[in-house]
Amino acid sequence: MTIARLSPTPDGEIRRSFLTGFGKFTLSATAIALLAGNERLALIGSASAQTANNDVAILNSALGAEQQAIAAYQLGAESGLLQKPVLALAVQFQGHHKQHADALAKAVQKLGGKPVAPLKDYAFPKDKLKKEADVLSFAASLEKGAVSAYLGAVPILTDRELAKAAASILGDEAMHWAVLRQALGQPPVPDAFMS
Amino acid sequence: MRSLVATCLLAILVVGFPIPRAAQAATGDPARGEDIYHRCLACHALNHNSVGPRHCGLFGRQAGTLKGYSYSTAMKKYGVTWNEETLDHFLENPLKAVPGTKMGYAGVKDAQERADLIAYLKQATSDPKICN
Repeated sequence: MTIARLSPTPDGEIRRSFLTGFGKFTLSATAIALLAGNERLALIGSASAQTANNDVAILNSALGAEQQAIAAYQLGAESGLLQKPVLALAVQFQGHHKQHADALAKAVQKLGGKPVAPLKDYAFPKDKLKKEADVLSFAASLEKGAVSAYLGAVPILTDRELAKAAASILGDEAMHWAVLRQALGQPPVPDAFMS
Repeated sequence: MRSLVATCLLAILVVGFPIPRAAQAATGDPARGEDIYHRCLACHALNHNSVGPRHCGLFGRQAGTLKGYSYSTAMKKYGVTWNEETLDHFLENPLKAVPGTKMGYAGVKDAQERADLIAYLKQATSDPKICN
């Protein structure tokens, strides 16, 4: 669209690069819309090929962590160690992670990347999960790690709207962590800042 | 002779000795490092591969060579051997150190925190109860 109105460059190679970059921008913005739930965001922002590649790496890291969390909650739910209402909570949290993973995978695809696949087998410490508190502690450690992972992703995502969407997921993971700590009898919010 | 010594001392003062990066690094506290390691747990574990590779056996291992883990091409080509210095450089900004790495993470920006984390990794990965 806008490209057609630009002055043609005598250097075909440069122009091709530009077109490629623009294509990545359009896809990036669509990914933003996917995560942020706002289609008009597809009209703003810009990203170079390298930064778009970085965004793919960042989103795929987050996706891998979400897939692992889904598998961990599945393990917990099937362990027979979780009783109501904790079991229902775990299933609900797993549902959140599925929604995160779905949105992240679509964003990666729209950016032109390939979403990472879940591992065939996660080497969870099953031998150490002997009671409900063990499962909750394990889940809490993953949720805390997820908060840190998103905290490490938000400042380096190219697009501010995409960063905003990642921060939204971060908030959800932090709530999971706090609730799990509460269930474990620990102070749910131990510090003023996350790291 | 005195003037030669003086000249040498002056040269040392002006030019200085090149100080290796590792020697400049802060001393790490493994106890603080264990707390910082909690940030890594969404993707890493000490004794098994996860979203990221396991950390047991990290020191002295060439980057991108752990069997059973699928590395990015960029990490396979990185070519460094992991030690305090190379870890410090990588952890500061993974995406800058190894463009194309799967580790999409801003990094540990604080030098003291990196030193603490590396001190913990060194201690934990040499513990036979954790890494056997």
